[in-house]
Amino acid sequence: MNAVPQQIAPPGEVAHAIRARGLTRRFGHVTAVDGIDLDIPRARIYGFLGPNGSGKSTTIRMLCGLLQPSAGTVDVLGHEMPRDAEQLRTRLGYMTQKFSLWDDLTVSENLQFMGQVFGLPAQRRRARVAVVVQEFDLASLFKQRAGTLSGGQRQRLALAAATLHEPELLLLDEPTSAVDPQSRRDFWESLFDLVARGVTILVSTHYMDEAERCHELAILASGRIVAQGPPQQLMSEIPAAVVEVEAADTVAARRALVQDESVLSVAQLGTRLHVLIDPATPEPENRVLQRLRAASVAAQSTLVRASLEDVFVAATGFGRAAGARPQD
Amino acid sequence: MLLRLFAITCKEVRQLARDRLTFGMIVGIPLMQILLFGYAINFDVRDLDAAVVDEARTSHSRALIADLQATGVIVLRPPSPGLPDLRRRMESGEISVGIVIPHDFERRRLGNDRAVAQILVNGSEPMIDAVARGLASVPLPVRAGDYKSRTPVFEVRTEYNPERRTAVQIVPALIGVILNMTMVIFTAAAIVRERERGNLELLIATPIRSWELMAGKLIPYVLIGLIQTTLILTVGARIFDVPINGSLLDLYLAAALFIAATLTLGLVISTFARTQFQAFQLSFLTLLPSILLSGFMFPFDGMPPLARMIAQALPLTHFVEMIRAILLRGAPLAAMQVPAMKLGAFLVIALAIATLRFHKRLD
Ligand SMILES: Nc1ncnc2c1ncn2[C@@H]1O[C@H](COP(=O)(O)OP(=O)(O)O)[C@@H](O)[C@H]1O
Ligand SMILES: [Mg+2]
Repeated sequence: MNAVPQQIAPPGEVAHAIRARGLTRRFGHVTAVDGIDLDIPRARIYGFLGPNGSGKSTTIRMLCGLLQPSAGTVDVLGHEMPRDAEQLRTRLGYMTQKFSLWDDLTVSENLQFMGQVFGLPAQRRRARVAVVVQEFDLASLFKQRAGTLSGGQRQRLALAAATLHEPELLLLDEPTSAVDPQSRRDFWESLFDLVARGVTILVSTHYMDEAERCHELAILASGRIVAQGPPQQLMSEIPAAVVEVEAADTVAARRALVQDESVLSVAQLGTRLHVLIDPATPEPENRVLQRLRAASVAAQSTLVRASLEDVFVAATGFGRAAGARPQD
Repeated sequence: MLLRLFAITCKEVRQLARDRLTFGMIVGIPLMQILLFGYAINFDVRDLDAAVVDEARTSHSRALIADLQATGVIVLRPPSPGLPDLRRRMESGEISVGIVIPHDFERRRLGNDRAVAQILVNGSEPMIDAVARGLASVPLPVRAGDYKSRTPVFEVRTEYNPERRTAVQIVPALIGVILNMTMVIFTAAAIVRERERGNLELLIATPIRSWELMAGKLIPYVLIGLIQTTLILTVGARIFDVPINGSLLDLYLAAALFIAATLTLGLVISTFARTQFQAFQLSFLTLLPSILLSGFMFPFDGMPPLARMIAQALPLTHFVEMIRAILLRGAPLAAMQVPAMKLGAFLVIALAIATLRFHKRLD
């Protein structure tokens, strides 16, 4: 058996890391993933943004060959999945949504074990463990059992274990869901370091701020990709005008606005309202003010740049029809 | 690749050593079971309630009754006027042993053909049967001028339960029952636990092969099984005087084969169970027929054909046969090719089912 993982992609290999066409997965009556197409370039961070149950985990599991697609094709690093899954094992790193290293083993034992399972020879294993311990700041936790680590520490350990064998492609399923903001920032620094070395990263999240950091993004809802592209592009090409409203009585303001047929959705952000309006509407901020004045609600309004959250709301049918059809 | 196999085994041993509860069960379950089973069927019973029907009323009959009482095994309650009364008292549970000395006692004593007296025992209580057999070996009191009698003194009649069981038969088979119980549950739980905790999802995304994962997990349990065998055997020999007539090597080889077979059964169960609780339930589902049909408690003779067929498919059946032969009759392993091959066949088939069913997939 070949114990030396391939570090360099064979010459002439395709430029994309992952390509999927019509990828579908059904569980009984539930269609968890519904005909998605993906083109994920190499050495980029690609994000899956979507609420719980939108099919992020199921898609990632199909991409790393753990689930059989019900329909569609997947190509990962030039190999057909799940057929070639075993051949690709040493070139992929997978971080499960739930922490799944061993609670009753220490940080050091967990890393040693993963190194052995990935078939790293003793010398390289020692060297790599030393490197990831340094990289992910695990030295002080080396002899501590994984079960006693905090959320952020666990996540560092999990990423260390997933990168121990220097994979070309990292699949990270909601890696920051149980982590404090500072740890999340540090974690993303680590991801950019990895990308700088040529690693491709697919990361799923339900945090908008994280999604905004990705090079490219797919927004998932009910198993479908409802929007796809670089975050900046998604925000600038949003099919709606975004008006921010500041009102003393937000409840009354909201009630007044939803009655306007050109208002697509109203979302509250603290004391402000984000109002998405039909882009065909002339001077949308004035239209909003008129509406509010008619309902005798005192307010100020400004036309603003769309946030990713607005993109998400727009892509999912403005909260009216859940799981709207893709917009292409 | 041996590195990966070794990695799994090492991890498993480490986790076992840190899991006090499981570790305690490895030693605790066999000890508790052998003591419970062993004492419940111990020969060494004393002070059983007994009553006598003495129809002869001679000095010899009185001397015999006094000798029986002197053994300490029975305590005599007031005598019964006749057999019907004795039976009634036994049925009501007032007495466990009845002694009947017939009116022709003197003539039987001098003759050579018939037992001179009867011991009636309540066979529904298993240990009493063995007690009666012990009592029956009390010799006739010999006085000057008496003829030496060659007749059996007592005829023992076991009422309600004609089959006989002894600790000597049960303890060797108990090794099998205890191994069966712990091995199946431990392996099934060891794999299902990792599935439940999500470890398995991580493991199957690595280059590890299914057989490496399975074999690596089984190896520590083979050792644990052999430790348990030693424990039960030691307690059986020390406390319950179970003879070890055959070779120890043969015994351990047979035990290792049986352990491997039960471990693969555990593997098969682990491919069906989604939770540890399901794994426990399925394990018990296989344990019950094993205990009832393997010949551990009930002889095959009385079983309907279907039960015998099921018994053939159970590893415990063949192990009970082998271990009784080795321990009690001192038979060599070479003489037990048929049960050994049946165990081997079970192992191969179960292993094939487990590997076919275990995919490195989540669906
Ligand atoms: N093994 C499974 N069996 C049945 N349904 C499943 C299974 N895994 C996921 N699902 C369903 O598929 C849908 C998508 O789930 P998932 O991929 O976990 O979403 P996400 O990761 O985005 O939260 C959900 O409705 C979920 O209930
Ligand atoms: Mg998920």
